[in-house]
Amino acid sequence: MKTTTRQFKDNARTALADTGLQSALDKMETGFVVNRANAAARLPEFEALRDQGRDIKNHTLEHLDFYLETFEANVQKAGGHVHWAATPEDARQIILDICRSVDAKTVTKGKSMIAEEIGLNEFLEENDIAPIETDLGEYIIQLRNEPPSHIIAPAIHVLKEQVADAFHEAHTDLDPGRSLEEPQALLDEARAILRQKYLDADVGITGANFLIAETGSSVIVTNEGNGDLTQTLPKIHIAVASLEKVVPTLEDASALLRLLARSATGQEFSSYTTFSTGPRRPEDPDGPEQYHVVLLDNGRADLLGTEVREVLRCIRCGACMNHCPVYGAVGGHAYGWVYPGPIGSVLTPTLIGVEEARHLPNASTFCGRCEAVCPMRIPLPKLMRHYREKAHEEKLTPAAERAGLGLWAFAARRPGLYRWAAGLVIRVLGALGRRRGRFASLPFASGWTRYRDLPAPQGQTFQQQWAARNGRRGRGA
Amino acid sequence: MSSGRDAILARVRKSLARGPVDDGTRAELQARLSGHPRGIIPARSNRDHGAQVDLFVEMAEAVAATVDRVASPDGVPDAVGDYLAQHNLGADIRMAPDDWLESIDWTQRPTLAVTKGPSAGKDEVSVTAAFSAVAETGTLLLHSGPSSPTTLNFLPDNHVVVLRSSQVVGAYEDAWDQLRAAGAMPRAVNFITGPSRTGDIEQTIMLGAHGPRRLHIILVDDG
Ligand code: SF4
Repeated sequence: MKTTTRQFKDNARTALADTGLQSALDKMETGFVVNRANAAARLPEFEALRDQGRDIKNHTLEHLDFYLETFEANVQKAGGHVHWAATPEDARQIILDICRSVDAKTVTKGKSMIAEEIGLNEFLEENDIAPIETDLGEYIIQLRNEPPSHIIAPAIHVLKEQVADAFHEAHTDLDPGRSLEEPQALLDEARAILRQKYLDADVGITGANFLIAETGSSVIVTNEGNGDLTQTLPKIHIAVASLEKVVPTLEDASALLRLLARSATGQEFSSYTTFSTGPRRPEDPDGPEQYHVVLLDNGRADLLGTEVREVLRCIRCGACMNHCPVYGAVGGHAYGWVYPGPIGSVLTPTLIGVEEARHLPNASTFCGRCEAVCPMRIPLPKLMRHYREKAHEEKLTPAAERAGLGLWAFAARRPGLYRWAAGLVIRVLGALGRRRGRFASLPFASGWTRYRDLPAPQGQTFQQQWAARNGRRGRGA
Repeated sequence: MSSGRDAILARVRKSLARGPVDDGTRAELQARLSGHPRGIIPARSNRDHGAQVDLFVEMAEAVAATVDRVASPDGVPDAVGDYLAQHNLGADIRMAPDDWLESIDWTQRPTLAVTKGPSAGKDEVSVTAAFSAVAETGTLLLHSGPSSPTTLNFLPDNHVVVLRSSQVVGAYEDAWDQLRAAGAMPRAVNFITGPSRTGDIEQTIMLGAHGPRRLHIILVDDG
């Protein structure tokens, strides 16, 4: 997929001016956020489950090679195939080869962030295979020809009128005068159209929320049931998953499932959680004849040896973005690549490079809400700070910022100069900003003042106040 | 793609700063796999069986499943017939070829037109059994096999599940123990919690996205 991560600032500006997007983002606070809080409160064990989830993933990552090999052996024992893909190109080619083996014309797809990561749809189209997204949100954005803006609610930014427009444009066989005002009418239309696609497809591709080493199963979690129709009806089921999706046992998966829906949507459990193990058995009346798992690395094996390793615990629940003030202000598209929000700010530099993504770790107020809700206790702010530092070390921050920091460092090492300079700045800014008490714009600080006002400084510098207080204390003692 | 495989595993080991796991560790990890230890089980399902059944009903109804409790298997055909009548659904049902369902005398409700087997997408109503049900979240567990086609769980607009109260367990882990005792992992294990739903249009929850619009549970009291 094309990235626009470099243009984060422009993207953000556009997003802030988009009233439709802003109303959609406002709803998140009353929906996902409140529902998650209620779900967590209903389960007294929730905090302990988070610790346990972290520990399960840490244990798995520590023995990742063992669990991947075990997973592979058990998939094979059940009659399935495992394909290892080092890069997105490898993964795409493996999938294309499988599709070609049955001369596939259409492929239905369950929601998969890994498929987005490897740019699967474009690639299949280039090779004359029509991919059809079946998750309602993914279907909507596929028709609109845009990437997802949220990892669990991909069309969260789209208004129902825009969905209606997309359907009128795409479903040309239907009466152009039909009413699509009600969301229910939109849903019914999508249901009817996609129903036939499931039945016609040659191959069904899904992601996986978990892979289970013990049984060689892939697990998908959906509310719509689209993933199940995708993987049950065609001749071939392909699950694409990244390495870190593996967990040891069914019990470990159950422990993580107790966290997933509650953190994501605030549901006690999603409607459908399905464990798929191998192809249809000789005595089975239905199910796919072939079962394939494509295991994608794309930098994760290397990541395991770095300071940001903890990000590999992520179960893609979306809670961090639901609770993020920056995501809540600019939405997912501003981040410019597959993974938005705090998890995106950490994953994107890892996967596409610090240079390409250097704005993202800065798209944070370090308020800590993401870490407070992350079910896997990933210290997202710490990891973002790591990339900030890295970008600075690699001299990827702009010259003005570097020069500013250099100047500050020069002065900070010279207390006399620092006091004099800070005092001067305070007096000048204080005089200039006295009237409103705030600055709406300020030379050299437009990165701040473009989106928020800077309060005008009042009174003395911190050092002057400190000296005065200590002086008083000194006299009193 | 064995070269891809070996290279990936080598990178994983390099990051972990070690070679393949040593024999001692391997034995420990194998023991963890075969012992599949349980973690924290929420206390809410730790109650006597009657109360677990009540919890199952409460949780299932909370996610928009409907539950009809009947006193014996003899009550099932009427419960199905009444459900069809209530929703104007005609008389056709597509039933799973399940021994226990077949042991019920369906002629008690002569108007029902029963056919058996998987669904090809034309059926309005399916009737299936379940393997077990988990009280914790009101979740049904169905698995694929000759007596339980997976298509019946997803294609028809109305999914009617006939469950015996003795099949209700407390937590997911209890269901796994039973499933392991029953033999090899089936091709598909479906945890079903309420009917199909979506919130993808302006975050408004609507039922019946791609799977069943309704999930109806007939709960047979068998002690
Ligand atoms: S980082 Fe944590 S909160 Fe964010 S998606 Fe991953 S698991 Fe969920």
